[in-house]
Amino acid sequence: MAVDQNTDAVPAKAALWRRPAFRATVFQILLVLGLVAFGYYLFQNTLHNLQLRGISTGFGFLSYEAGFGILQSLIEFDETHTYGRTFLVGLLNTLLIAGLGIFFATIIGFVMGVARLSKNWLIAKIATVYIETFRNIPLLLQIMFWYFAILQPLPGPRQSLSFNDSVFLNNRGFYLPGPVFGEGFNIVFAAIVIAIVAVIFLARWARKRQEDTGQQFHTVYASLAILFGLPLIVFFIMGSPLSWEYPALKGFNFKGGIVVIPELIALLVALSIYTGAFIAEAVRSGILAVSHGQTEAAYALGIRPGVTLRMVIIPQALRVIIPQLTSQYLNLTKNSSLATAVGYPDLVAVFAGTTLNQTGQAVEVIAMTMGVYLTISLTISMFMNWYNKRKQLVER
Amino acid sequence: MSIHTPHPDLPPPVTSVGAIGWLRNNLFSSPLNTAFTLFALYLLYETVPPLIDWAFISANWSGDTREVCDANPSGACWAFVRVRFDQFMYGFYPESEYWRINLAIGLLVALMVPLFIQKFTRKGLLAAFILIAYPIIALQLFAGGNFGLESVETSKWGGLTLTLILSAVGIVASLPLGIVLALGRRSNMPIVKSVSVVFIEFWRGVPLITVLFMASVMLPLFLPEGTHFDKLLRAMIGIALFQSAYMAEVVRGGLQAIPKGQYEAAEALGLSYWKSMGLIILPQALKMVIPGIVNTFIALFKDTTLVLIIGLFDLLAMIQTAFNDTNWLGFSIEGYVFAALIFWVFCFSMSRYSQALERKLHTGHAR
Repeated sequence: MAVDQNTDAVPAKAALWRRPAFRATVFQILLVLGLVAFGYYLFQNTLHNLQLRGISTGFGFLSYEAGFGILQSLIEFDETHTYGRTFLVGLLNTLLIAGLGIFFATIIGFVMGVARLSKNWLIAKIATVYIETFRNIPLLLQIMFWYFAILQPLPGPRQSLSFNDSVFLNNRGFYLPGPVFGEGFNIVFAAIVIAIVAVIFLARWARKRQEDTGQQFHTVYASLAILFGLPLIVFFIMGSPLSWEYPALKGFNFKGGIVVIPELIALLVALSIYTGAFIAEAVRSGILAVSHGQTEAAYALGIRPGVTLRMVIIPQALRVIIPQLTSQYLNLTKNSSLATAVGYPDLVAVFAGTTLNQTGQAVEVIAMTMGVYLTISLTISMFMNWYNKRKQLVER
Repeated sequence: MSIHTPHPDLPPPVTSVGAIGWLRNNLFSSPLNTAFTLFALYLLYETVPPLIDWAFISANWSGDTREVCDANPSGACWAFVRVRFDQFMYGFYPESEYWRINLAIGLLVALMVPLFIQKFTRKGLLAAFILIAYPIIALQLFAGGNFGLESVETSKWGGLTLTLILSAVGIVASLPLGIVLALGRRSNMPIVKSVSVVFIEFWRGVPLITVLFMASVMLPLFLPEGTHFDKLLRAMIGIALFQSAYMAEVVRGGLQAIPKGQYEAAEALGLSYWKSMGLIILPQALKMVIPGIVNTFIALFKDTTLVLIIGLFDLLAMIQTAFNDTNWLGFSIEGYVFAALIFWVFCFSMSRYSQALERKLHTGHAR
């Protein structure tokens, strides 16, 4: 057996290419070079192709006149406005549907999630059927169902379904009475803001007093009284500066009031029902994640059921629910881009649709659209990370 | 002295056992619960009987023209679905070639069956065959052009077949890419790690519809002049890239759940990175995330409907097209209900399968 003479000396270093650090460096350099070369290749091709088609690059097109109208706009818009403004209109419409969708989906989700855990067999089964049905049908199908199968075949304005002669539903949309703010309403609005600030200070004071003296204060009732009382009193002092404008049939269509276009209704109903089913599952898993021992321990300490729910169960369940809830909100926002299938003028339909087709600026338009969604989702995931850090279980 | 003889046990009160007891416990345990039950019963009474009447009792099942349905407008017109059934399943594929699709799908089912048989031991080999050899066979069958089969352009592919093809390609292409990305995200090399993170977060941050738009509008710009790219292939690339980011996050969850001791033990045995990953870590991690992968697949399956927006004819698009048939106007509800039923059956059975797997695989990994 040959004995290596060098065994007790310092072991020889491995060959350069066998050292992990060296390999890692080489590999990463190769990766960067490859990516840069690939990017350069794509860039050159794109430039060449754009030149070939006579499309100029850059964001100059944003200041050109758009020349098309948009079905629904939260800000003033007509044909003479710029392409840049179409971006803004689309973005606002996306935020509108996302906000409304999140509001309704949360309500549906929490009700259904709790109902699925109900001790009432019938209620629990109905909630289960709802969740399992709508979770397993593609969202796009649901949106199209509501739009093409339910809302489109509705009667026209003259035969519209009406409720109490103030709310109308027909194939042009949903007509609601709209508020008309009279003179002095801004003072009422100021009262609402003051009430909110007052409630925040009241809650802080009550908590501090409880920590210092142990005395409790009826924060909830007092807050409700301030929140509703103060604005109402101011409202009547100012002489009720609010009236309602009712929609009325004039010619071929309704005039006045608030119009909710059918595209928005279909999208909103489908998004809320679909996301609501997912939120219900998140809520259920959150509540189930709190072990039964927690409830029993709280009862053993003599804490009343309502307080147990509020102070023991819900805070622990929220730890599980909130991250899932945020990711559902994010999904809802991204899914709202399916609006383009029914023609609701959201960011994708207006900007990545009409504007892109008219200008041909594919690269810029798609980059801007993706940028918006990326910004939203990165902001939300940053919030999530912050929340998770804050709420992490601190164990011994 | 009299011996004490206890009375025989009385039966429990009739109100606490049997049907009555069940009703009392589950439906009428408190006034509030009773109110809920009555409300739910009313709701069911209002919705379920008319629905059953519409879908089954008064429904029109037979007939080849709309006259049958017009004669009986209170019921569903399933004749519409029946007449169009072949198109919903096969799209615009030539009718004489349907057997090729049937054969490909039958072959897949036949190959998959042994995977669910406990006693079958060569599962790995079979899975490799399904993942590598089967797609080539299926492509030959679908596209044709060789072996005397008539060539069928991808623009004629459609219906449920296209939905299945898209989701199968999506899952098969995204799994390896997702594994690589997940490993990259867990890597010690800073550049590899950041490239993976940027890639994953980018695709996860944008809606699939913009990805499909990008694939159909921008991909032709990126490639050298004159390269012709099939529309279906472009959609597949978009879906695979999009899905791989989600897959990467699922696999990463599995990698993180493996105890650190496993990594250290592999290293202590002197295994190289790829060996320790391939032999020790990934087999455990992937097994653990099979339910997650199935869930991703369900999401992918539902998402394939989006291709109708870029002009491919999947099941939903075929149904949408059928509404424009002037002979059959006004049966959109039937069409959507039929499509929903198909999607529901697929998704629901997969989610049940995933839940069953989760219970089966729950062998003490969770900490």
